[in-house]
Amino acid sequence: MKKTILAAAAALSLAMAPGAFAQEPLKVGVAAEPYPPFSSVDSAGNWSGFDIEIGQAICEEMGRECVTTPVAWDGIIPALTSGKIDMIVGSMSITEERQKVIDFSDRYYYTPAAFVAPAPVEVDTDSADLGGLVLGVQSGTTSAAYVRKAYPDAEIKLYNTQDEVNADLAAGRIDVMLADQAAMVEYVKTPEGSQFEVKAVAPEDEAFGEGIGVGLRKEDDDLQADVNDAIAALLESGRYDEIAGQYFEFDIYGGRE
Amino acid sequence: MDFDWLPRYWPLLVEGFWRTLWLVALSGVFGFLLAIPVALAQVAGGRILAGLSRAFTTTIRGTPLLVQLYLVYYGLGSLMADIPAIRYGPLWPYLRDGFWYATFAFTISVAAYQGEIIRGGLLAVPRGEIEAARAFGMRRSRILRRIWLPRALQVSLPALSGEAILLLKSTPLAATVTVIDLFGAANVVRSETFLTYEPLLFVAAVYVLCAFVIAVAFRLIERRVPSRRGL
Repeated sequence: MKKTILAAAAALSLAMAPGAFAQEPLKVGVAAEPYPPFSSVDSAGNWSGFDIEIGQAICEEMGRECVTTPVAWDGIIPALTSGKIDMIVGSMSITEERQKVIDFSDRYYYTPAAFVAPAPVEVDTDSADLGGLVLGVQSGTTSAAYVRKAYPDAEIKLYNTQDEVNADLAAGRIDVMLADQAAMVEYVKTPEGSQFEVKAVAPEDEAFGEGIGVGLRKEDDDLQADVNDAIAALLESGRYDEIAGQYFEFDIYGGRE
Repeated sequence: MDFDWLPRYWPLLVEGFWRTLWLVALSGVFGFLLAIPVALAQVAGGRILAGLSRAFTTTIRGTPLLVQLYLVYYGLGSLMADIPAIRYGPLWPYLRDGFWYATFAFTISVAAYQGEIIRGGLLAVPRGEIEAARAFGMRRSRILRRIWLPRALQVSLPALSGEAILLLKSTPLAATVTVIDLFGAANVVRSETFLTYEPLLFVAAVYVLCAFVIAVAFRLIERRVPSRRGL
């Protein structure tokens, strides 16, 4: 009797999930440096945030098991291409430069970058030297690529993490910072960020790419198709808005009627 | 291998190269000038000065340079930002710049490591030479200036040359406090082109060249300093 059940179970599992049967859990790469509200980590090492939840929802939609794997941001693309992780769900903008090395899913959100500065500071975003202001930005981001191009004469400071940019803006070592609008809108609401204001939103630029997508290896075409289907399904079912509603007061997907 | 980016980023790399050289030169010179009193305090400074100097050396040599740099930049630097007289004072354009914090941290580090080497040099000078100087009626300060210190530095030169190269190789830490030195420039190239090896290999080659120049320069100095060899 026992044997028949085992045999039946084995046959069933083989029949049901030819692919999923031997599949390893997918390693979902996130930036090891927290980036609230997209990703943050508690003292026990549990990750939460919009990116994390969307990543999990995509995995559930695909019927795959996933593990959140933190990787240092400036090494996250090499980590993907070398197979240490299988996908990047880390607020990564889809850009031409990155597309030379990796593929992206369809976008899962889109926000432009915003200039943030202490309330009394005037930010002249039209002059090539930013009116002599010192600007801080996290290196390896679309914001960094944009300011290096748009403000060739400005003094630009590059940081490893957004936290350090925030700290130095508070300490007055930089006058203004440019970072993702969604993160900045939240930041100026926090106690540390309350002395700052969103001064301007950066214009649309190719440096900012086509929005934020899931980063994937070029050869993983099947996974890319699955992820795209999953994102479409999440948008369709309303699950996306359910998750986004917990974090944002505006439509983070952008461009929807 | 793809080096197409090189012309486009050349000005940035040159700027970074000069910043690296300035970091090495400033912290090397000031660190050396500080290292001499650090060494003298231990060898001839009396109990209190010797104790202070030993505590300084032990602390600095016992903590990672990156930790010191962060303490100086994020700790001391942020403290100063809280003092209005400093934050709105005339020196703020310098005091907000990571470069000077890095220079300060490296100077302190050089003072501790080189101080220890020079201390060894001071102890290695044969007592007979100092006694001979005293027999000539030289005062302590003159003995120090003419005999003891020059002889000690001469003994220390090979080790100081090694320290200078170690300093050169420590300067990339400055990139963590927003200084775009040679390594910082390579990081910009890396993050904008997504090339991993080429920018790093390029700056590695530049560092090797610089280290070579430092080594040769010290060897020239060693050769110019007259000494009796093979005693």
